[in-house]
Amino acid sequence: MNKNVTQEVEKKDNDHDRFSNKIDNAGQYLSFTLGKEEYGVDILRVQEIRSWEPVSRIPNVPPYEKGVVNLRGSIVPIIDLRERFKLKSADYTLLTVVVVLQIGDIKKTRTMGVVVDSVSDVITVDKAQIQSAPDFGTKISNEFINGLVSVNERMVMLLDVDKLLKLEELDQTEISVF
Amino acid sequence: MSIDMSQFHQVFFEECFEGLEAMEAGLLNLNIDDIDPEVINTIFRGAHSIKGGSGTFGFNNVADFTHIMETLLDEMRDGRRQVTQIAINILLGSVDCLREMISSIQNEEEVDESRVAQHTADLDNELNGLAESTPPPSHKANVETIITETSELVSNTSEASDTNEETGWKIAFCPYLDLLKTGNDPVRMFRELSELGELTSLANIQDVPSLFEMDPEECNISWDLKVMGDIPLDEIEEIFNWVEGDCELDIQPIATKPTKKTAPPISEVAPEDEPEEAIETVAKEVSQPTQPEIIVEQPEVSKEIEPNAKPPTTATKEPNKKIQLDSDQSKLIVQVASSIRVDTSKIDALINMVGEVVITQSMLGLVGENFTMDKVDQLKKGLAQLERHTRDLQQSVMNVRMLPISFVFSRFPRLVHDISSKLGKKIELKLVGENTEIDKSVVELINDPLVHLIRNSLDHGIEMPANRIAAGKPETGTIELKAYHRGGHIVIEIIDDGHGMDRNKLIAKAVEKGLIDDTTVLTDKQAYELIFLPGFSTAEKLTDISGRGVGMDVVRRNIEALGGNIEISSELGHGTTIAIHLPLTLAILDGQSVAVGDETYIVPLVSIIESINITEKMLNKVAGKGETFRLRNQYIPIIRMHKIFNVQPSTKSKMGEGVIVVAEGQGVLCGLFVDDLLGQQQVVIKSLEANYRRVDGVSGATILGDGSVALILDVPGLVRFSNR
Repeated sequence: MNKNVTQEVEKKDNDHDRFSNKIDNAGQYLSFTLGKEEYGVDILRVQEIRSWEPVSRIPNVPPYEKGVVNLRGSIVPIIDLRERFKLKSADYTLLTVVVVLQIGDIKKTRTMGVVVDSVSDVITVDKAQIQSAPDFGTKISNEFINGLVSVNERMVMLLDVDKLLKLEELDQTEISVF
Repeated sequence: MSIDMSQFHQVFFEECFEGLEAMEAGLLNLNIDDIDPEVINTIFRGAHSIKGGSGTFGFNNVADFTHIMETLLDEMRDGRRQVTQIAINILLGSVDCLREMISSIQNEEEVDESRVAQHTADLDNELNGLAESTPPPSHKANVETIITETSELVSNTSEASDTNEETGWKIAFCPYLDLLKTGNDPVRMFRELSELGELTSLANIQDVPSLFEMDPEECNISWDLKVMGDIPLDEIEEIFNWVEGDCELDIQPIATKPTKKTAPPISEVAPEDEPEEAIETVAKEVSQPTQPEIIVEQPEVSKEIEPNAKPPTTATKEPNKKIQLDSDQSKLIVQVASSIRVDTSKIDALINMVGEVVITQSMLGLVGENFTMDKVDQLKKGLAQLERHTRDLQQSVMNVRMLPISFVFSRFPRLVHDISSKLGKKIELKLVGENTEIDKSVVELINDPLVHLIRNSLDHGIEMPANRIAAGKPETGTIELKAYHRGGHIVIEIIDDGHGMDRNKLIAKAVEKGLIDDTTVLTDKQAYELIFLPGFSTAEKLTDISGRGVGMDVVRRNIEALGGNIEISSELGHGTTIAIHLPLTLAILDGQSVAVGDETYIVPLVSIIESINITEKMLNKVAGKGETFRLRNQYIPIIRMHKIFNVQPSTKSKMGEGVIVVAEGQGVLCGLFVDDLLGQQQVVIKSLEANYRRVDGVSGATILGDGSVALILDVPGLVRFSNR
């Protein structure tokens, strides 16, 4: 089911311009916090929300790739978004949350978990409200950011899940043929 | 009431492929001098059931095609027809064609009608006994000879134009069947074209059916035309203006270097057409003295046709063969991947096992219902039973995935037959241990590397018959393909009795190509391993079979990706043996868990040779950085796991406190320094790449009893990684 949804979204992405038509008029986003900043991801990409559990480390990878966990039999990598965005890293507590996201690729979908401080809300965003991100003012390069939206006077940065997690592949120097 | 037939298609396809395999095996086994009627019967039955099935499912083109084969086979069966090698080759070609047709239908692609038509024509010729016996044979034979000759002719002209640097247009003109009915006459169009510039035309008439089947009102010839000269495109287009929509037309400018290959797309032509028109037209083009421009070297051509009644098959068939071989490989994978056929006895064993598990479970349920301490013994017994049953169940399930390796091997007799006849070598293929079972996923992936290795043996290994006799060997070379189980591995050996590999030649070649220094001292084994380097080939000349120097490195990579390794031993003058070691299954492995810092890793048990404790004193430094220790008479490099994996070492970072696991990867020994050995267990291999990516030194991951993830070490990968 989830897969279908992802594919559908993916199709939409490809058909239209990424920025303007990410959502048709209104879309729902899951918002979460990293420190004092608030971010949102397309809720259709969210598979589940879990509490933090210890991971198995992977050798010789960037520090923000925390490791892998067993998610009902499949091996799922966990990315620390704070470290990914070069924010001050925080200790993992019982309240630390892992948002499990699905990344759509036309050929296959991948599952990845991102560590965030806490999940705050599900927000409904009107397409017209989304502003494009300015070039400065954020700690991350704005290529991950689809746009900015303000909800109850707070600014929420909407993340592009595919771009955010596809960066892994750029690191990958050698992809085997198989 | 209508039944949705498509639900049975898959079964039908599988039966077809099985039937085709049986037919192919039968055809290859047919000994012309001593015909075994039972073999012919087998082939006939194969064709017959394919015909019946395809008729039922409405695949009429398959049914029609098989019908012709069947007729031919029927005559052979009744002894009304002599079995000749030509007939067998035609039938083999038809089997390939049929296989392609069925795969196309299966994959819902267009069937390549032109090939079908060609094979139909071949079969018809054979059936009508026209192929060779009578000197003025069918028109067909003549006509095909023309094709051969003219194609040479065209290539000549194009070569000539190379030097002159002329410009012109290449036109692929492929009329639909009913072009003539619309009142268009290609001959008239060509005349107009010839007024624009020097015209060379080549008619493709392989789609022309036999005299009996043709319809004089249908056009089933296509043309490759070349007009030389500085002609504007629109003038050419104007000529074809009237036939737009009635043909496939492709007009390409000829650059300074025209390509010789001018095979046009001939797809719209169905088998039931006629040659009359074709012959007429060709005859016009070839011999009409009023149009000398059309065929430049016309007199020569007609001279050559007449005395030449040589079998039309030779020239036209060869190129097809190779394509077939290549495409077959990919087809096989598609076919294996779709489903799996399992021996009923295996299923019975599985059901039996499940029954046992259910019984044990209900027994345990009873024990647990009113549990008192005095039932502990019973509980323990029950748990032990459950464990045993679970293990058996696991084994039975794994067994279902096991296929006899004959699934792969069965294709090779054909490969050897085709290639050896092409190379003019006499080669016998021996298959040993075909019933050795191997995991389905391995079967799928081992095919390509094996094809490659066998081609290599055929091409480079076995000598030409004359050389063999000169070397005092039997004229017929032998390639033995052998599979057997050893330890937790399956070993596949390819043994040829050819001239073996010359170590000095290999080294010289490697030095020449700059792959190694000429000062490097290599052991025999290392010298043979040179052939796995990318870009290495000692073949004196390139052939289309092998020798391009791409491949062996790919073969090795494929095999290593399967968790196996490949070894070569060779004796100059006596032959080469290539041994491939593969794990029985890709899904489960026996592992030794080791602790490094806080992490747990799994080392595949098959690669572990021993585990020992050594002290700091036993270490030797090499060039100040590498560490080795001496194990019996060998120096073994040490890989400190926490260093290479950047793990916070535990207190046991001193040599004396940890353990050295001596492991082998790719024939190289290494000592993995770990904190502790934890235990042995069977682990289920999970892919890291599914959601993540490949990690150096790690072949996969698994889930331990406590639900946490442990990485499985890839020993060859670690060795490579640590050398960096």
